Amino acid sequence: MRTDVSKINEKTRHQDLTEGLMMFAGGTSKEFNTGEWRTNTPVVEWDKCRQCLLCAPVCPDSSIPVKDSKRLDFDYDHCKGCGICAAVCPFNAITMKEGK
Amino acid sequence: MAIKDRMSGNEAVAYAIKQINPDVMPAFPITPSTEIPQMVSNYIANGEIETEFIPVESEHSAMSATIGAEAAGARSLTATSSAGLALMWEELLLAASNRMPCVLALVNRTLSGPININCDHSDGMGARDTGWIQIYAENNQEAYDNFLQAYPIAEDPRVHLPVMICQDGFITSHAVENIELMEDAPVKEFVGEYCPEEYLLNPGKPVAVGPYSVSNYAMEARKNQADALLAAKKVILEVAEKYEKISGRKYGFFEEYRTEDADYIMLIIGSAAGTAKQAVDDLRDQGKKVGVLKLRVFRPFPADEIVEALKNCKAVAIMDRTESYNGNGGPLGSEVCAGLYRRKADVASVNYIYGLAGRDFTVNHVYDIFAELEDMVENGKEVEQFKYIGLRD
Amino acid sequence: MTNNIEIRWHGRGGQGAKTAALLLADVAFKTGAYVQGFPEYGPERMGAPITAFNRISSKPIRVHSNIYTPDLVVVVDDSLLASVDVTAGLKDEGAIIINTRKEAEEIRSLLKGYAGRVYTVDARAISEEALGRYFPNSPMLAAAVAVSGVLDKDTFIAEMQHSYEHKFAKKPEVIEGNMKALTMTFESLKEA
Repeated sequence: MRTDVSKINEKTRHQDLTEGLMMFAGGTSKEFNTGEWRTNTPVVEWDKCRQCLLCAPVCPDSSIPVKDSKRLDFDYDHCKGCGICAAVCPFNAITMKEGK
Repeated sequence: MAIKDRMSGNEAVAYAIKQINPDVMPAFPITPSTEIPQMVSNYIANGEIETEFIPVESEHSAMSATIGAEAAGARSLTATSSAGLALMWEELLLAASNRMPCVLALVNRTLSGPININCDHSDGMGARDTGWIQIYAENNQEAYDNFLQAYPIAEDPRVHLPVMICQDGFITSHAVENIELMEDAPVKEFVGEYCPEEYLLNPGKPVAVGPYSVSNYAMEARKNQADALLAAKKVILEVAEKYEKISGRKYGFFEEYRTEDADYIMLIIGSAAGTAKQAVDDLRDQGKKVGVLKLRVFRPFPADEIVEALKNCKAVAIMDRTESYNGNGGPLGSEVCAGLYRRKADVASVNYIYGLAGRDFTVNHVYDIFAELEDMVENGKEVEQFKYIGLRD
Repeated sequence: MTNNIEIRWHGRGGQGAKTAALLLADVAFKTGAYVQGFPEYGPERMGAPITAFNRISSKPIRVHSNIYTPDLVVVVDDSLLASVDVTAGLKDEGAIIINTRKEAEEIRSLLKGYAGRVYTVDARAISEEALGRYFPNSPMLAAAVAVSGVLDKDTFIAEMQHSYEHKFAKKPEVIEGNMKALTMTFESLKEA
């Protein structure tokens, strides 16, 4: 029953879909470039950022990667530009830029 | 060796559950199915089975937990009646669309209102389009036999759909009658171990069950599911054949009782089929060529096979134990008529509504119905095509 | 064994008419008969009139309707005679058994001219003497067996002993009383 879900797309015939549209893989959302939906883009001004890390946990799309206790730049493949990070930043280090 | 015993329909199903020893049973009590979870709880308390019983706060939760347990990889079931099934409505559709091979013991009871605890098929028939396989029983023996066949049908890789095993509330569920039980060992071998290929609690092999589907996929998913229900027809017959080998009892989509040369046939579901058979024997003694077609499998609906079985008779009485409130016919009446029309079978029919909310259905009603069919065919009597029997009017 | 017998029980919720019907099915089953025992539920309340049924036959039973022309009627509470038409459809060659303290002739006058056999049994007196409490179903079961002849007395007594030993495994003190109630009934059953 296990099928390669990456081979299923909007052209797939009904006979070739998985039972109950079950997904036989984990974390498949990474495969989708949902950052394409973004109309506003957050930008970090690194000289203002104090690495307080308040932004990372509030991101609904887990698009603020954290490594060695420091946030990195946005994962723009999955950031949808909601602006929550900009709103919580105490140092106004994140600004929302129009467009991608 | 068959074990000759006597028990009620509820006892028979509980006994089948004991022999299967399923993994998880979430249930909420409702008359007349309450005895089933009660008896299973006794078996568990006595250490006779290892089933995990989950007392839940509603039937909505019972079905949700059944689906959850099944998705996790456990062989699961629940039992209910009437309003309990109605409260499961949302989850019934999910069980089928998520392709969960769980089982529901339905003890048919009318739906309100007026509020009433007795038998008719409004609960099961109300759930006829939820994607479940539905198998109906005439008596305790069939409820037992059908239940033992449920998992082998549901879990077959060609099917992977939930199965509803139905019996008539009180008439079957609370009536003590003779029964032949199987020994535990052949039952265990017949039903087998549950070894799902994919399930949630399977480390290293992640699976997402019931994902959101956009319109680009949802219609194909429905067709895919509908095809699985159709594929179940073959599996139901294969499982019945296998069961006959160990039990000696033969099952199919329906039972044809003295129909081969019959001019008039009564098509009926459930316990009333036994009453109809007795009446047919009485009428045959008077030289009347009458027979009974007792439908066992309502979903998937064996339309072609029914038409084939009816096509040579002069008229058929299609018996519905529920009111569809459409002024046109009951569920069985409507579907059989559609089947006959589509296959251009020229058989006259009358769709009778009987036995609502426990109204008794007797051999005299059967005599009257066959007499009316004969009068219609032989003397051209005008008969309403959709009518009640056993009603004060 | 009688070839095919239909019995209708009239009682009140809580008196054990349903249990008696199921026990009769049970003992008849043990003699190799085909049996049916089932209740008809009404308001499901203590004291409300209830009906239960038995079919006992040498052939498989397929009919699943109530019984309208019984061979035997058993009335577990004589107060029902005022409110329920207990002899409805009862065959003239059949019989009725009534749990009552009244004299048989007085009872017959309450039966709307029923012409068949009428039996009375004082189940209260029997139960209170044998068990110290009022449980009418054991005496009425014995009376139903005695009048219907679905099985002979000795077989019935032996089967019931066995059945009570199983049923009351944890309460053996009630077995003797119940057995006594059964045998007393056989002795005190009166035909009007």
